[in-house]
Amino acid sequence: MAAIHFSDADFEEKVLASSLPVLVDFYAQWCGPCRMAAPIIDELSETYKDKILIGKVDVDASVATAAKYGVQSIPTVIMFKEGKEIERKVGFGGRGGYEEMIKKVS
Amino acid sequence: MANETVRNVIIIGGAPAGYTAAIYLSRATLSPLLLAGEKAGGQLMWTTLVENYPGFANGVQGPDLMQQMRDQAIKFGTEVKNEDVTKVDFSGQVKKVWVGETEYLAKTVIISLGASPRMTGAGEERLFGRGVSTCATCDAAFFKGKTVYVVGGGDSAMEDTLTLSMYTNKLTIIHRKDSFKASKIMQDRVLLTKKVPVLWNTELVEVIGETKLEKIKVEDNRTGETKELPAEGLFVAVGHMPNSDLFKGQLELDQMGYIVTNMTTSKPTNNQEVWLHGAPTQTSVPGVFASGDVVDLRYKQAITAAGFGCMAALDAEKFLTGALE
Repeated sequence: MAAIHFSDADFEEKVLASSLPVLVDFYAQWCGPCRMAAPIIDELSETYKDKILIGKVDVDASVATAAKYGVQSIPTVIMFKEGKEIERKVGFGGRGGYEEMIKKVS
Repeated sequence: MANETVRNVIIIGGAPAGYTAAIYLSRATLSPLLLAGEKAGGQLMWTTLVENYPGFANGVQGPDLMQQMRDQAIKFGTEVKNEDVTKVDFSGQVKKVWVGETEYLAKTVIISLGASPRMTGAGEERLFGRGVSTCATCDAAFFKGKTVYVVGGGDSAMEDTLTLSMYTNKLTIIHRKDSFKASKIMQDRVLLTKKVPVLWNTELVEVIGETKLEKIKVEDNRTGETKELPAEGLFVAVGHMPNSDLFKGQLELDQMGYIVTNMTTSKPTNNQEVWLHGAPTQTSVPGVFASGDVVDLRYKQAITAAGFGCMAALDAEKFLTGALE
């Protein structure tokens, strides 16, 4: 199962108001390192589907959300819990790096 | 968890060198295992249009080129895993390679782990993603109309500058020497076509800012004079370091960390003899070969890495058939 997509329109409702922690991968179509992260993010979203929500934000399509969280480098992966950012990883973080973020909240 | 199968060959690192080695070895029906790593594709994944890879008159996107090479290797039967090797033991006749707890065994190993971006030493990594970047291709779009500096003087610094120039004209290059080592065509595009200003003989000494980049401190290395410049973006392109840490104490490395092969050894050798009858890509351990940017202290091109990968594959094949003296 591929990770779900969030946008400016539903970020508030689906991420900030979520009862589960949410891991968000800020990416763009044209970004090579994002392509490295994508299959890992997809796989983790399957592995941890009962514990946390994992999704993506295309920074070209959702400029406002990317700007709000000061995303200046992609991929940037941010963990949200109860509507607040609790951790972020900038640049390709690797499976180990992302799993570590997930394990802290699940 | 030991896996009893002793494979013919394991290739560590999936980018031009590793993929090319895999294409050759799988076509030779030697069933290679390619541990491509989580960063499969390597440095080319950080690029956009590659104009100097032969065979693509209109250029090719770096990530697409890597996907093509990977597909080509798989087509001929290469088993590819995007796993990072965590430990190796090359002391016995059977070479051991670990990914976490999983152990793989092989008669030969080809190392093609490439290189990673070098930092300047000024501590700029503190503000990664907060104004500091090593990937203009990824991040230039976030710096529309902003004040940005590029550090470096090689082709990748020129490429970063050209990418950034599409988004901002408040762009300056910082270079520690008084001329660039970049290719003429790239220098001309930056200096003549785009007319990007350069601070020559200037070194980055500090990045200033608590939560994001606000200023950079630079020093004129002729006068020792320092100054602080307001900066919103800083792109670092000062070369690469070979990814050879895994092999310390197992293989001979040079003082810069490059894996030493029969081609680059400082020991007296009969080069012609090695070229004709030996294995130019063999490391200090028989049966272990190395190729690409982890060996190459000079050329560092996608095409040379691919060429080295081919050589390593043919050398490994020669070793496996017992034809190597």
